[in-house]
Amino acid sequence: MSDTPHIEIRNLTMAYESFVVMREINAQVKRGEVFVIMGGSGCGKSTLLRHLIGLKDPTEGEIFYNGGCFTSCDEDEREKMMQRFGVLFQSGALWSSMTLFENVALPLEEYTSLSKREISDVVSLKLALVGLKGFDEYYPSEISGGMRKRAGLARAMALDPEILFFDEPSAGLDPVSARRLDDLILQLRDNLGTTIVVVTHELDSIFAIADNSVFLDAQSRTMRAQGNPREMLEKGDDPVLLEFLTRGEGRKPLSTTPSA
Amino acid sequence: MGKADFNLQSTGELRIELSGSWLLADEIPDLARMQKELTQSACQKVVLTEKELGEWSSPLISFLLRCHEICDSADAILDTSALPTGIQELLRLSVAVPEKKDARRKQKGKSTLYVIGEETIKFVRGTFQLLAFIGESTIAVLKLLNGQTRMRWRDAVKTMQECGPEALPIVFLINLLTGMIIGFVGSISLIDFGAAIYVADGVAIAMVREMGCLMTAIIVSGRTGAAFAAELGTMKVNEEIDAFTTFGFSATEYLVLPRMVALALMMPVLCVFADVAGILGGMLVGVPILDLSTMEYINQTINSFDGVDFAIGIIKGAVFGILIALTGCLNGINCGNNAAAVGVATTSAVVAGITSIIIADAVFAVVFHMLEV
Repeated sequence: MSDTPHIEIRNLTMAYESFVVMREINAQVKRGEVFVIMGGSGCGKSTLLRHLIGLKDPTEGEIFYNGGCFTSCDEDEREKMMQRFGVLFQSGALWSSMTLFENVALPLEEYTSLSKREISDVVSLKLALVGLKGFDEYYPSEISGGMRKRAGLARAMALDPEILFFDEPSAGLDPVSARRLDDLILQLRDNLGTTIVVVTHELDSIFAIADNSVFLDAQSRTMRAQGNPREMLEKGDDPVLLEFLTRGEGRKPLSTTPSA
Repeated sequence: MGKADFNLQSTGELRIELSGSWLLADEIPDLARMQKELTQSACQKVVLTEKELGEWSSPLISFLLRCHEICDSADAILDTSALPTGIQELLRLSVAVPEKKDARRKQKGKSTLYVIGEETIKFVRGTFQLLAFIGESTIAVLKLLNGQTRMRWRDAVKTMQECGPEALPIVFLINLLTGMIIGFVGSISLIDFGAAIYVADGVAIAMVREMGCLMTAIIVSGRTGAAFAAELGTMKVNEEIDAFTTFGFSATEYLVLPRMVALALMMPVLCVFADVAGILGGMLVGVPILDLSTMEYINQTINSFDGVDFAIGIIKGAVFGILIALTGCLNGINCGNNAAAVGVATTSAVVAGITSIIIADAVFAVVFHMLEV
């Protein structure tokens, strides 16, 4: 059981109607790993994420969670798998007609048998974890973009998911908040054993958090590399990948590469 | 004014000397000469120089970019080394990333067959979407009746407030005017037959059976149906609907059902007010024109219709409410993901809403006629 990968992508082809975005993506993610999907803008990173969380069906290929097929199973099984996901969307995607408290509480009300008081305790904890203690009664439109993102994270963590998905977590955050989010991601991995999938092109973040990654290339419409980005930077010889990982500046002496 | 002097050297080089001011307001020389030299003579190299070059901005760079393209297609060399470095840098930047060949939109010259096929696929897809949506909504209603729903009553109550009491003034006004119009038209035609008193019957039956619920439905469609589509469409753009899906929540149960319940409950109430307003309107016109007393008019009105007529209007109101909620939500949920798409969704919600109301009304007319009620 322990050596079945937590997430496995097999020969995935993604397309919008007849326009193929990416083909032949293969990747395995171990339990408790931070897996980064990286690549240039518009290469299909977010599309891959949408496939992973079941918002789009693959044109070809399969996705497995814990060895169970996600893409061809029936609706009920799929929903059960999805309940173990937490997703942080790019702009938070909080439900605008509900307060922050209600946003975080809704999954708990639906999927647990906790009492009102217990739910309230859990919600307070989750909001406190993302630094939003005291904002329970605010509506998403009343807080800033960065706060919305953090509240979205609190909601994604509500059910203590096995896998957390982040779509461009640091986009729109100031450097300090972005750094804090990276730390939080690492803590979730270390302390709760959560498997984390992150879509990003922020190099600092990638080097700070990634255990494993895929690099998608828009030109060749497929993945060019899989592995730990730090190792790729040291040993890789693919010029496109190196250009990406070094901001197009070429490999520098190891001492100056960003460190975790 | 920007100037470019073309000078073909005996060595086969084309020298272009740039001078003058090259700002957006200035006239820019044309490159036909260069094109001609490159295609007709044996010229293999173009050298750009400047002399008293004044102020310059984008026009100069786009001029150079055109030079670059022409040289490229003629396999000639473009030498810009004599130009200021700023210009060279910008030119280098603009040619650094080659054009992505398949990124340009294809020419719109599609054949008729292609268009027919495309539209057919769109239509079939739309029909499937509609059927799936109706199926999901039916399941949601069955769950509601079974008491298994996850719908939040809070949402339904909030929507009821928005589409019921808040719509009352406009519903009242429009139906008052409708009643007046019917009363006026009725008076003019019936007074010739000495049947003036039957204006009261005409107004009452028309309002209670037909116009009350129809006018109300049209107002609510433009008001609430559009609001539903815009709200759900914006939620779609903000990925809020995706968030429901990833939590395994059914968007139909959380978003569509409360709106459907709210309108199905509020429309009959609005219809009652509409009936009252319409009859009042008829009376305001009828009594002075026909020389009737108010009491006479009211008595005639009360005797003119029975509970069945009233019930028909109310039932139709509830059905229209459900249709408005469905068309509004369907268009909102299937909205594309940008601001323009929300506008399109709102428009189609109102169009589809009103169309489906009129069709349903026609069906009702036939059914009630067959049932002889």
